[in-house]
Amino acid sequence: MNEYTFPIVYGIVVGVITRLYLLRTDYRQYPTYLHGRTIHIALSVIAAGLGTIAVPAIMEKEFTAITFLALAASQFRDVRNMERNTLNELDQYELVPRGKTYIEGIAIVFEGRNYLVIFTSFFSTLAYLVWDTWVAIIVSIICLLVARRFMTGNRLKDIVDVEYVKPHFEGAGLYVDNIYIMNIGLQARREEILRYGMGFILKPKNFNARLTIANLGQRQAILHDVSTALGVYRDSGTPALVPLAKRDLDDGRVGIFILPQINDIEKAKKIIENVPMLENAIRMPTKRKFMKKGE
Amino acid sequence: MTHEKVILAVVTTNEQKVAGGAPIFTCETKEEMERIAANLEAILDGIAHELSEQLFIIVKH
Repeated sequence: MNEYTFPIVYGIVVGVITRLYLLRTDYRQYPTYLHGRTIHIALSVIAAGLGTIAVPAIMEKEFTAITFLALAASQFRDVRNMERNTLNELDQYELVPRGKTYIEGIAIVFEGRNYLVIFTSFFSTLAYLVWDTWVAIIVSIICLLVARRFMTGNRLKDIVDVEYVKPHFEGAGLYVDNIYIMNIGLQARREEILRYGMGFILKPKNFNARLTIANLGQRQAILHDVSTALGVYRDSGTPALVPLAKRDLDDGRVGIFILPQINDIEKAKKIIENVPMLENAIRMPTKRKFMKKGE
Repeated sequence: MTHEKVILAVVTTNEQKVAGGAPIFTCETKEEMERIAANLEAILDGIAHELSEQLFIIVKH
């Protein structure tokens, strides 16, 4: 026991609590319950330890000790790789895959959250050592809130309006509103599709949104989320029954065609509205200076 | 995302109109054509697409 014991323990505990707070198993069922979680909790202990120990190291003028933070960075890049590989493997056996963009997004989040844990532990321990326990607690809470703020992205409803449209056939062509989805040859399949299928039109609210929802990864994420939440009328031998999202080239609207097992329009609409906007899909052409000024 | 699409089979009631590399199944009636296309779809894991009243193709997507 020395003067650093309590600050270090405090920093690590706060770090792990931050990670637990950010680690929620939600509708995505990822990370998997218990085993997947264990990995992340274990890693968060390491991350918290690294963040915490940096403070006494500086105070003892052991500046070289800071270099091991570089080690931490490479360690957590591996976390990202691990997540990416696991999810890519799993994706091959999904009826409606997540898609690479969604996977990459999840992997980045896992890496990012570990850094948030490091920062939280660092500032908490610093506050503990410089001031006292109460200041440390306040700093921890602020860090926790900041971490949450960083980790909640936008939802699809911020950029598009969702509207239900019943899918219909023109000859063999399946349409959602006026957007062509695919050609279905067999009469039996067409009947199934009309019975179970639902169509939604995503109307972008601005030009940025138009390019964001045009991204194939973003569209796949929508299909995956709806299918995990409402089930999907599909099996491995029936490639014709596939949820698809196609784009109207004229005005950038996207037609979503899904085959849920629960045919509830309101629920489906809510799920689509709450699909996360994928970081890697976001496009902001209007941020260019000349686009803003003169158009 | 790249898809290599392949025509796995052609099912038709009008053999005058088709020729080429994929296996061609000639049928007498539209019903027979639909039945064969449905079977092929299941067997080949492809999708049956209707090009015209007389012509189906099974495509691997």
